[in-house]
Amino acid sequence: MSADLSAHGASITLKGLTKRYGDATAVDAIDLEARPGEFLTLLGPSGSGKTTTLNMIAGFVDVTEGELLIDDKPVHSLPPYKRNIGMVFQHYALFPHMSVADNVAYPLHQRKVAKAERQRLVAEALKTVGLAHLGHRRPAQLSGGQQQRVALARAMVYSPRVLLMDEPLGALDKKLRDTLQLEIKRIHAELGTTFVYVTHDQDEALVLSDRIAVFNDGRIEQIGTATDLYERPSTVFVAQFLGESSLFHGEAISSGGGYGVHSPGGTLRAQRGNASSGEPAALVVRPERIRLVPTDGAEPTADNAVRGRVRQEIYLGNSRKLAIDLPDGSQVLVRESAGDISASRPGDDVWLTFRAEHAAVLSTGPSTTAPTTNLGVH
Amino acid sequence: MTKISVRVWRLVLAAFCALVALWLVAPSLIVIPLSLTDKPSFAFPPTGWSTRWYGNFFDDPSWTGALLSSVKVGLLVALVATAAGTATAVALTRSKFRGQQAVRGLVLAPMIVPVIVVAVGLYALFLKAQLLGTTFGFVVAHSVLALPFVVIPVTASLQGFDRRLENAAAICGANRWSTFRQVTLPLVAPGVVSGALFAFVTSFDEVVMALFIQSPYLQTLPVKMYSSVTRDTDPTIAAAATLILAFTTVATLTATVYIARRNRVR
Repeated sequence: MSADLSAHGASITLKGLTKRYGDATAVDAIDLEARPGEFLTLLGPSGSGKTTTLNMIAGFVDVTEGELLIDDKPVHSLPPYKRNIGMVFQHYALFPHMSVADNVAYPLHQRKVAKAERQRLVAEALKTVGLAHLGHRRPAQLSGGQQQRVALARAMVYSPRVLLMDEPLGALDKKLRDTLQLEIKRIHAELGTTFVYVTHDQDEALVLSDRIAVFNDGRIEQIGTATDLYERPSTVFVAQFLGESSLFHGEAISSGGGYGVHSPGGTLRAQRGNASSGEPAALVVRPERIRLVPTDGAEPTADNAVRGRVRQEIYLGNSRKLAIDLPDGSQVLVRESAGDISASRPGDDVWLTFRAEHAAVLSTGPSTTAPTTNLGVH
Repeated sequence: MTKISVRVWRLVLAAFCALVALWLVAPSLIVIPLSLTDKPSFAFPPTGWSTRWYGNFFDDPSWTGALLSSVKVGLLVALVATAAGTATAVALTRSKFRGQQAVRGLVLAPMIVPVIVVAVGLYALFLKAQLLGTTFGFVVAHSVLALPFVVIPVTASLQGFDRRLENAAAICGANRWSTFRQVTLPLVAPGVVSGALFAFVTSFDEVVMALFIQSPYLQTLPVKMYSSVTRDTDPTIAAAATLILAFTTVATLTATVYIARRNRVR
């Protein structure tokens, strides 16, 4: 047991991990590895399988198929209480009949840690989360943010080598979430424990994670750093779920080493892509990479230029967002930062221009069901 | 409505509630003055006062013996029915199995099936097994009757219990038994306590079954009262009734206060 209490993270490996409920597949043969000490986020909409995956790692949900290894040892047959994992739940799950200190001491009790040592570790853990003075209170006497700090202290007090978090900030308000995000990040850096964090909040994922696995429909769409996912999304789903994207639908073509798409607005080119020639595809570009040029001058000389008409303007303070109608009836977004705002107004005809290096042509074949673009304010 | 008419209606409502309360409680309370009469009759209201019937109760070994038997059987029934009923409630709320509804129905059946029917069957069975007039026989028989009174409140408590707490305990390293003992049980304790109380009271004032399975060597208090009222007709029975009333009232109040405190802490 004492060897397990060392404070460095374990690796977690999922190989072809599958969970089926009757005919429904919740998690579909996913492969995933969390490196020792890594902060790995499972990001996805509700029902995408991220929480089921976390619950399989914790041992609350049986594995239907596949392998689950912690430090290269299979754990799928171990009950949760033998896995030596820490976990923080969305709704705190503190024991209401115990004081805060007793809650934090609970895992140490189960591990038969001697009283003096127990008290020392509890005090230390409560200090880490900034609640050293509240040990005698009952959970119900604390605010939501404080309760979640207690839950965090309880999860880390025995220095588990893996810490799972299931939307821990989901029940808190925005301001508290921001503060706790930074604390979680700090605690991760201090402990060196492997964190697996589930959330549907993309901003949270971007702030916290070393790497993010984007879940959709029981599968992992893409795994990578925040920059990888934002700058080089490999599926339309990722492009739309993580940040905003403008899509130009059409038929994929290959053009001289690069990629392209035949769209109703003309042929557009991109440096990257994964769609093979002839299949339905979308050229994806981030709204802030598009420049608007007035139509009264000559056709612009950018890599790509598409005509459109400004339909709506959304003022966001530090930027503005424009919804543009394309000739084929679809709509794309353009974002202009403050200080770089063009003269275009709703009703104006404009050229949308962007460089091929900022665009990617991604398959929209029958397998990828992309959600509709969110036009609202984030 | 004006302020005054609201007040009037409140008064009417209060008066009505007082009337209903009186209706429910008054017949029980009549035994108190009856037990304090100075004459060997049930004349009401009493013409003089004395505590001689209480003296009579405590001096007569057949009364005190019956009281002791009732308390002993009641406590054992509370123990057995609470343990079995809690386990049953856990099984019925936690697992899904074929015939679950049938098991639930079977467990609750003693509340519905006429006690006299069960008593006749039990009498035949106990006669053969030579369990008539034994403490063991009484405890078994009364535990069956008391079981639903434990299963119902414990099931209700378990349904309001947040099962995520059990997951939290498990991930903290607690095995299933520790989780049950340290997390689940303390949090459903109000249900378990009221179940235990109901079990005790069910046994303590059960008379039909007890009449069948009693023997001259083991009589419970209700059986003794029944034979007393058919044979002797003196106010000792009123004293006995008053004692039972006081006893059950104190027990119920204690449990209620305990549960109310628990709920406030949460």
